[in-house]
Amino acid sequence: MENNKFESQFEAKLANNDVIEPKDWMPENYRKHLIRQISQHAHSEIVGMLPEGNWITRAPSLRSKVVLLAKVQDEGGHGLYLYTAAETLGVSRDELLDNLLTGKAKYSSIFNYPTLTWADMGAVGWLVDGAAIMNQVMLQRTSYGPYSRAMIRICKEESFHQRQGYEIMTRMAFGTPEQKAMAQDALNRWWFPSMMMFGPPDAESPNSENALKWRIKRETNDQLRQKFVNQTVPQAEYLGLTMPDPNIKWNEDKKGYDYSDPDWTEFKNVISGNGPCNKERLAARNKAHNDGAWVREAANAFAKKRKEVYEAA
Amino acid sequence: MKDNQGPLWEIFLQKKAGQPYVHCGSLHAYDKEMAIQNARDLYTRRQEATAIWAVPANAIVASSPEDIGPFFEPANDKVYRHPTFYQIPDAIGPM
Amino acid sequence: MTKQEALFNYTLRLADTNLILGQRLSEWTGVGPFLEEDLALTNIALDIIGTATALYEYAAKIEGKGRTADDLAYLRTDREFYNPKLVEQPNGDYAKTIVRQVIMDSFDFYFYTALTKSKDETLAGIAQKAIKETTYHLRHTSSWIERFGDGTEESHQRAQNAINELWQFTGELFEVDEADTLFVKEGIAVDVTAFKATWEKHINDIITKSTLTVPQNVFMQTGSRKGIHTEYLAYILLEMQALPRMYPGAKW
Repeated sequence: MENNKFESQFEAKLANNDVIEPKDWMPENYRKHLIRQISQHAHSEIVGMLPEGNWITRAPSLRSKVVLLAKVQDEGGHGLYLYTAAETLGVSRDELLDNLLTGKAKYSSIFNYPTLTWADMGAVGWLVDGAAIMNQVMLQRTSYGPYSRAMIRICKEESFHQRQGYEIMTRMAFGTPEQKAMAQDALNRWWFPSMMMFGPPDAESPNSENALKWRIKRETNDQLRQKFVNQTVPQAEYLGLTMPDPNIKWNEDKKGYDYSDPDWTEFKNVISGNGPCNKERLAARNKAHNDGAWVREAANAFAKKRKEVYEAA
Repeated sequence: MKDNQGPLWEIFLQKKAGQPYVHCGSLHAYDKEMAIQNARDLYTRRQEATAIWAVPANAIVASSPEDIGPFFEPANDKVYRHPTFYQIPDAIGPM
Repeated sequence: MTKQEALFNYTLRLADTNLILGQRLSEWTGVGPFLEEDLALTNIALDIIGTATALYEYAAKIEGKGRTADDLAYLRTDREFYNPKLVEQPNGDYAKTIVRQVIMDSFDFYFYTALTKSKDETLAGIAQKAIKETTYHLRHTSSWIERFGDGTEESHQRAQNAINELWQFTGELFEVDEADTLFVKEGIAVDVTAFKATWEKHINDIITKSTLTVPQNVFMQTGSRKGIHTEYLAYILLEMQALPRMYPGAKW
């Protein structure tokens, strides 16, 4: 009975576009859904540092080196904001990291693809961040307060990421023939994986219905995917690059481009651990975590010796 | 020893002197010096602040949603606390 | 050697020192010991590469032969790099990275403080920016040395090993050649001999406060001023310069 009263208050808040805060009553499924979604999002940022981090030491100019460093650092920061948002739901950073390191938690499948050339730094910024930003802009209005606040901060900071990627694409596409070929190759390899970032088609998306009902998400996977195609095609045209999808064609009726769906079998394979880099990514995270264990222990021991003991959250 | 990421801290930034400190987010740090440094390195990368407070999260006392009624609604009818409650002759001008 | 060449070499050496150190630090980005510290160390790397860039730009201008800052960073061979061997040493464990960094931060603290008074306005300007950054870096790294020294037995041992291993490279920081002496007289260059004793006391204080020890009577390595390095530098450059060398003429 009591629960019903809370539940109707909760739903009234959602209907009213009110924000849910950590101490508010919330249905257990809402809490679970949020923990899963926010932590997946955080893990994606953290694992996402690796494919771009791969090129930091080889960035071909002083400018591109600091830009890439700052960008990968931002991703770490975004992972951090999101972990702390998830922590407001009663789960600890340790648990969240443990889920990532043991392979229990998922992260965006896009980061299981390799970054093979410098043009991939362009394509990742342009396409992967471009796709991510679409999701993130929507999530600024998500119903859970700490998640929404993290997303607002993230969107503010991310605004340079896509521009940075497109700038690299511009330099490559208008550079030497070899550079242009690298740019085209990067577009070919990153296009469909980027399209997968919006998740399965609406008809087959198991978590979408609740996410929309609870106003965690505000637009469907397919709506966002369509927006992304519409935004990207003219940008590729400007670069003089060919979209790696022969079915891309303007459709006057829907005022948008028709396109081919990505290969959802490949998507499922990558998600279930069989992508080209799944094992390397997880191994790299585990190595960093294990190598850092003695550092964290030392910091912990030092704080205790100085009697600076705060309850670990 | 149990591995952990250290306690949670709440971070408040002051954009410039004279302005209030505003909560900007949280982080983990093992000691006070680390908390203030991590806050600087995480939350002021784009010149967001000229001063920082770092507070152990467990030191914060918070009201709860059930308090909204008894805590905050009684202020509703105290209109006499606001300047518009009072009538001043037009001839006096702004006061 | 003309005065212009000597100033070019002086500026280039400072630029190389910052770039190679920044390059090493940037290897940690994404794989740091925990998230907050990953971001903190990346900030230090960004500052240091920023200083390197300003110095290369100035060096390119002094040289006046149309080479750009990127040309200087990306198209010279290992025998033409003049950074001290300390900064090219591998990151090792986090203790080694932090010890290498605290040595450089404490040295840079005195070095850039003095360089702010240089009669060369560009160098003085670069130093004014660098000294603020360095002051923060030093606070960060010396607090870590303290945590390691007085943390666990393991962290203490790792930090002490790093100090013992790296100390042989500190001598190069205070080497002085003819050009230096000339520039010191003219008030352009920093007289490193003037702050050597102060630095020694400072770093000794940081290390002993952390319950660690500075090794005594260490044989000091030398050679970087002649472009003779440890074996590590050639690998660093091979990786860093790969793209510009593989695609000559390409703009990035």
